[in-house]
Amino acid sequence: MNIPTNLKYSDSDEWVRVEGNVATIGISDFAQSQLSDIVYVEFKVDVGDEVKKDSIVVTLDSAKATADVNLPVSGKVVGVHTDLPDIMERINSDPYGDGWMLKIQLSNPGELAGLKDAAAYDTYCQKRSH
Amino acid sequence: MFIPHTDSEREEMLKVIGVKNLEDLFKDVPKAYRFPKLDLAPALTEMEVFSEMQDISRANENTRDVACFLGAGAYNHYIPAAVDSLLQRGEFYTAYTPYQPEISQGTLQAIFEYQSLIANLTGMEVCNASHYDGATAVAEAGVLAFHNFREKRTRFVLSMAVHPHYRETLCTYLCGYPQLEIKIGAADQNPLADPSSLSTLIDKNTALVVVQYPDFFGRVYDYTDLAKTAHEAGALFAVVINPIALGLLKAPGDFGADIVVGEGQPLGIPLSFGGPYLGLFAAKKDLVRKLSGRLVGETIDSQGRRGYVLTLTAREQHIRREKATSNICTNQGLMALASTIYLSLVGKHGLRQVAELCYHKAHYAAQQIAAIPGFSVYGGTPFFNEFVVRFPDLMNVEEVNQHLLDHNILGGFDLGTEYPSLKNHMMIAVTELNTRDQIDLLCEVFQEVNHA
Repeated sequence: MNIPTNLKYSDSDEWVRVEGNVATIGISDFAQSQLSDIVYVEFKVDVGDEVKKDSIVVTLDSAKATADVNLPVSGKVVGVHTDLPDIMERINSDPYGDGWMLKIQLSNPGELAGLKDAAAYDTYCQKRSH
Repeated sequence: MFIPHTDSEREEMLKVIGVKNLEDLFKDVPKAYRFPKLDLAPALTEMEVFSEMQDISRANENTRDVACFLGAGAYNHYIPAAVDSLLQRGEFYTAYTPYQPEISQGTLQAIFEYQSLIANLTGMEVCNASHYDGATAVAEAGVLAFHNFREKRTRFVLSMAVHPHYRETLCTYLCGYPQLEIKIGAADQNPLADPSSLSTLIDKNTALVVVQYPDFFGRVYDYTDLAKTAHEAGALFAVVINPIALGLLKAPGDFGADIVVGEGQPLGIPLSFGGPYLGLFAAKKDLVRKLSGRLVGETIDSQGRRGYVLTLTAREQHIRREKATSNICTNQGLMALASTIYLSLVGKHGLRQVAELCYHKAHYAAQQIAAIPGFSVYGGTPFFNEFVVRFPDLMNVEEVNQHLLDHNILGGFDLGTEYPSLKNHMMIAVTELNTRDQIDLLCEVFQEVNHA
């Protein structure tokens, strides 16, 4: 399981990369492996939207299930990976790179403290894979 | 199938859940309501019930015994005998679409054929199977449009010439979203206004524009410009159709419709109060993930044999669980099958023939009625098989209809009941089943009541 140490993770398996006050988000390697092949991606937000933590921002359909991507941090949407629906297999093959979904300008950076670091997330994943 | 339990099975179940007797299960229902005394008539034998039911049914008029000029959304067309005999085959006889569908290849093939026929007829790329009736299909177009724009566009623009019941059903479906603004008709509220009057209502906040084709009053408009206006504002454009008319008219896909909905009853489904009818729903391919219900696709299996699969069920509860945005179980699959059989039997040329007969007979009727002194037929726009007649001022549509019934004629639709400004206007529908004699008799009775 690939769990980069420079990222933060939510309990619902989203990752967050913080640069300045902008957070990039996507779903973790664990999440994509649980879902299997992604067959549909739909963004629920547009650039400019103010979105609260835990809102549903993307829905994914996989060969196995449908899943929502919940926003791990509140803020304003400043980037949407609009090409993603055309390269959605990258969510499976490169979840932390090309598989990114949104860029959020943080409105409450304090929320980052509530997210897991790589070690804690690793434990959390292992607990669930048994 | 519901199998009643035996006493001993009941005992066993009660014991497991720790309840003494059945009555204890209803303890929470106030005593007065628990087993109320029902005021029922004494029991009858099967023979007695049969004869009583027959007596009751004799109080109905039916279109076999009277000449029918009533339309307004449901039409009296000929149904070839093969429709019913194929429909009643045990393999097909269910209103449900299967949840474990691939085992029912015949049902899936029928749905596939249905989708293909309706998509072709409407000029759309995808078609679901199906909705309850025209009204719920129109309402679903509203739901789709609202979600398509992620609930951000809140204006809906409807023509007053969309069937009043369809508009009402759309409003009901969307009434849970108080932020929505449903605009019905332009400011002057003239029900017979030209559809171009709607363009002033379309703005950047508009999710959906809905028109009818032929419209509720039977008129045929070219909606190319209005569709363009809707698209320029970024809105979706939905067209409510009568499928028989499409045997003759240009398909809505050719003038920019994104969604085509309609009542499928004219395609081999008998007139009946309360249905079952059939809701047609077809759309452009880019809306395919937004469709409710199910889509069947054709494929080949591992040995290269043709087979059918449930390709897409994007919004339904058995796929999306608590995130579902639709739950179509009884999809009127049997009615979709009836329309499939009907369309296959009449074929492309047959459908055109039916449509032409309706058109020409209706135009003959309109001509004859227009010639009666005091009567005028709404003109100026082409119409299909239905038209509006303005009666002489003192004539009451309801009374005229009563009089027509005495002559075994089921008269037209009293427009005043839905459009107060159209009091003493009757809408008359003519189909291939109306004979020249029937039309002439209708005119005679009109003349007679006018002189009375």
